Amino acid sequence: MAAFGRGALMLIVSDLTKRFGGLVAVDGASLRVDQGEIVSLIGPNGAGKTTLFALISGFLRPDAGAVRFEGQDILGRRPHQLAQTGLVRTFQIVRPFANLTVRENIATGAHTRIVPRREALEKADAVGQALGMGALLDRLAGDLPIAGRKRLEVARAVATGPKLLLLDEVMAGLNPSEIDEVTPMIRTIREGGVTVLLIEHVMRAVMTLSDRAYVLNSGAIIASGAPQAVVENPAVVEAYLGPGMAQRLKGTADA
Amino acid sequence: MDFLGLPSYSWETVLGSAISGVFLGSVYALVALGLTLIYGVLHIINFAHGAMLMLAMYAVFFLWSALGIDPYLALLIVVPAGFVFGYALQRGVIGRFSHGRDEITLLVTLGIAIMIENGALFAFSATERQVQVPYDFDGIDFGVTFAVWPEIAALAGSLVVTLALWLFMTRTDMGHAIQAVAKERRGAELVGIDVEHIYGVTFGIGAACVAVAACLLAPTYAVSPQFGYLFVLIAFTVVVLGGMGSFVGALVGGFLIGITEQLGRLYLGESLGLITISAIFILVLLFRPTGLFGQASG
Amino acid sequence: MSDTLRITGWVVLAALGIAAPFLISSGRWLEFIELTLFVAVLGQAWNILGGYGGQYSFGHAVFFGTGAYVQALLQFRFGFSPWLALPFAIASGAGVGAMIGYLSFRYGLRGSYFALITLAFAEAFRVLARSIVSVTEGGRGVSLPLNQDSGEVWTTLQFTFAEPFLRHAGYYYMILTVLILAYIAVWRMERSRFGAQLISVRENEDAAAALGVDAFRVKMKAICLSGMIAAAAGVYYVQKYLFVDPEIAYGPAKSVEALVAPIIGGLGTVIGPLLGAAFLHSIGEVAKEAIGALIGPRPGLDLILYGMILVLVLGYLPRGLAGLLDSAWRRLGGGR
Repeated sequence: MAAFGRGALMLIVSDLTKRFGGLVAVDGASLRVDQGEIVSLIGPNGAGKTTLFALISGFLRPDAGAVRFEGQDILGRRPHQLAQTGLVRTFQIVRPFANLTVRENIATGAHTRIVPRREALEKADAVGQALGMGALLDRLAGDLPIAGRKRLEVARAVATGPKLLLLDEVMAGLNPSEIDEVTPMIRTIREGGVTVLLIEHVMRAVMTLSDRAYVLNSGAIIASGAPQAVVENPAVVEAYLGPGMAQRLKGTADA
Repeated sequence: MDFLGLPSYSWETVLGSAISGVFLGSVYALVALGLTLIYGVLHIINFAHGAMLMLAMYAVFFLWSALGIDPYLALLIVVPAGFVFGYALQRGVIGRFSHGRDEITLLVTLGIAIMIENGALFAFSATERQVQVPYDFDGIDFGVTFAVWPEIAALAGSLVVTLALWLFMTRTDMGHAIQAVAKERRGAELVGIDVEHIYGVTFGIGAACVAVAACLLAPTYAVSPQFGYLFVLIAFTVVVLGGMGSFVGALVGGFLIGITEQLGRLYLGESLGLITISAIFILVLLFRPTGLFGQASG
Repeated sequence: MSDTLRITGWVVLAALGIAAPFLISSGRWLEFIELTLFVAVLGQAWNILGGYGGQYSFGHAVFFGTGAYVQALLQFRFGFSPWLALPFAIASGAGVGAMIGYLSFRYGLRGSYFALITLAFAEAFRVLARSIVSVTEGGRGVSLPLNQDSGEVWTTLQFTFAEPFLRHAGYYYMILTVLILAYIAVWRMERSRFGAQLISVRENEDAAAALGVDAFRVKMKAICLSGMIAAAAGVYYVQKYLFVDPEIAYGPAKSVEALVAPIIGGLGTVIGPLLGAAFLHSIGEVAKEAIGALIGPRPGLDLILYGMILVLVLGYLPRGLAGLLDSAWRRLGGGR
C-alpha cells in the first residue's frame, strides 16, 4: 500500500450523498487528500465525478455526508466563501470571461487576496508567465483556442492563491502534444505549494502525475490507492468495460 | 370583512365585482395567450406585444371608420395580417438583429415597441379613438352584475382561442414541430426542422392572437398610442402567474388577475386597486417564477 | 489607448464642459447640452448595473423618480432646505436600490426576470405615487414654490431669478457637477477590485463565484451606487422644473432613456452613456427640425429614431459607438 501523502490532512469527504429526483448521483462517497499531494479522481462517464466536485466546492448541497477542509466543517458554505478560504475549483466546460483579456481574467482571480488593481494585474502577469501564458496576456479570452482556454481556467484559479485546487478535466479535448504541456504545468502548481485533486480521463496523465487515485463508479468509490494498483483492480476493470464484458472475461477465465 | 379599515360590502357587490373580473380577465387572457406562446417556444419576452396589440386596434378602428367594417368581421382581415406581420417581424428584424442572445432579443423587442408606439403617436396623435357598435348596450343581466355582448364575446373568444391553440399544438404536424423546437432546438435542427421558419410561424401565431384580441376589445376599449403599455404590464403578470409557456396558465392567470383587479378596485379604490397587479407580479417573480402551471426550466 | 491619454481626453472634455456657458450665448443650445448631460447621467447610472454588471433594468425610473419625489416632498411638506433634502434624496436612491436588489438577487432573478421585476417595481411606485394622495399629492403632482428673490438663489438652489450669468448657466453647472462626480466614480470603479468583480459577475456568475467573488454583495453595491446616481438626476430635475408627478417620475420614458443611451454609446465603458446621449439627442434634434420644417411639429419622431438606432446598434455594433471609435483608433495605429 502506498504511503499516505506528504503532509497534514487537507480534505476529508465522508459518506457524501446527492440525489436528483430518483437518481442517486453521488452515493456515500468518501475520500481524503493530504497537503502537497496530487490525487486523481477517475471513473467512467456519468459516474458522478463532476457532481462530487460541485458538492465539495459548495455549488451543490449534499443530501447527506460531511466535508472537512483543514479540519473545519465546510458544509453549507457558499462557493465564494470556500474560494476565499483556499478551496478553488475549475469547470470542465470552461467559463472564460470572454470579453476580457487573459490578463484581466487572471487578475479577477488575483483579486481574491489582493485589493489594489495594479498589484492584482502584476500578480496576473506573474501567474500567466509561470504557467506559460506570457504571450497571450493581451489576447481576449473569447479569442483563445480550446487549449488556451483550458490553461486560462487553471491560471485564473491558481491566481486566487488556493491551498487545494480541484481541476475538472483540464486535458479533455486537447491533443497529445497539448496534454504533454499541461502535465508539467500541474507539477509547477504543486511545486508552488498547492495541493491538487483532479478529475481526469487521460490515463497517461493520471499515471505520471498523481500520487494516489480514487475510482468513482455509479456515485460510489470502488477503489483507491496507487494509480498502477488501482487500474489493475478487477472491480475497476469491470466498471470501465461494463458488466457484460466482465462476465465474458470471467467465463473465459473459468473455462 | 371589516379589517385593516377596508370598507365592507354586501356579498352581491363582491360577487358582482368578481364576475366582472372574469370578463375583464378573459380580455387579459386573450392578450397573454400570444405572449405565452412566444415565450414557450422562443424563450424570449416580447416587449413589443403591447405595441402590436395597439397597432392591431388601430387597424380595426380604421377598417371600421374608413370602410365601415364591423370589428368582428374585421377578424377575417386583421388576423391573417397579424400573422404575416409577426412572421416578418421575427424573421426580418428580431431574428436578424439579436444574434440568438436572450438579453439582446429582449432589447430588440423593446426597440420595436418604442418604434411602433411613437410611430402611432406621430401618425395618429395621442387622441383616443373608439369603434362605435350598435350592440354594446345590450347583454346579459346576472342580477349582481351586467355584461354587455362584447364582453361575453371576449370571454367566449378567450376560451375558443385557448382551445384552438391547444388543438393546434397537439394535433397538427406544425404544432408538433413547434413543440420540438421549444423543447430541444438543436435536436430539432438535426432532424431537419427549419428552426428559423418555426420561430417565424410561432411569432406569427402570437401576433395573430393579438389581432383576435384587438377585434374583441375594439367595441369596449378606446385605443391611443399608450394603450399597449398598460396592457403589456398586465399581460406579463398574467403570463408570469400562469407559468411562462402555458396556455391554460394564461387563461387561468387572466381570470385570477381580472378578479383580483376588480376586487382590488372595490376595496382599495380605483387608483390604488391597481397595486394588486404589481404586487402579484413581484411576488410571483420572487417566490414562484415558474408560475402556477409552468415547468421548471433547466 | 493608455490611461494617460484617456485622462487627457477627459480633462479636455471637462474643460470644454465648464467653458461651454461662456462660449455659447444661446440659451437654447445650452439647454440642449444640459438635457444631453442629464440623460448621460441617467445612462451612466444604468450603465453601472447593466453595462458593467450585466443586470438589465427596465425600470430605472424607480430610482430617478424616488430621488425626485424625496427632494420635492421634503421641501414641500417639511420645509427642508434643498441642500438638506439632497442627501436624503440621494440616500433614497440607494435605499430603493437595496430593497429591489436584495429581493431580486437573493431570489436569484437574472436576465429577463430581473428586467421584468424592475419594470414591476417602477409600475408599483407609479401606482403608489398616484394613490397615496395625502403624501404625494397624487396625480396632480408636487409643485414647489418659485423663488423670486435674487438674494435667495443659493439657499433655494433655484436659478430662475439669479443674476444673468447664473440664470444662463446655473442649472447647466448643476447637472455638469453631478455628471463629473458620477463619471469619476465610474472611472475609479472600473479600475478597482469592485469593478473587476462586477464585470466578472456579468461575464459568468458561476465562474466568478468559483474565484471567490461574492456575486450577491457585488450586485448589491452596484444597484445602490446606480440608484444614488439616478436619484441625483432626479434632484436636478426637481430643482430645475420645480415639479414632479407620477408619470414623469415613474413612467416608462425615463427607464427607456436610461438604457438606450449606454447601449448605443457602448455598454460597460465610462464614455458610453455620454456618447450615446449626445448622438441620440443630436439625431433627434436634427430630425425634429427637418420634419418640423416640412410638416409642422409632431411628437414621437425622435423616439422612433431612438428605437431604430437601438435595434441597429444591437444588430451591428455590439460594442456601441465607443467600440466603433476604439476600432477606428486602432486602425489609425493608436494601438495599446
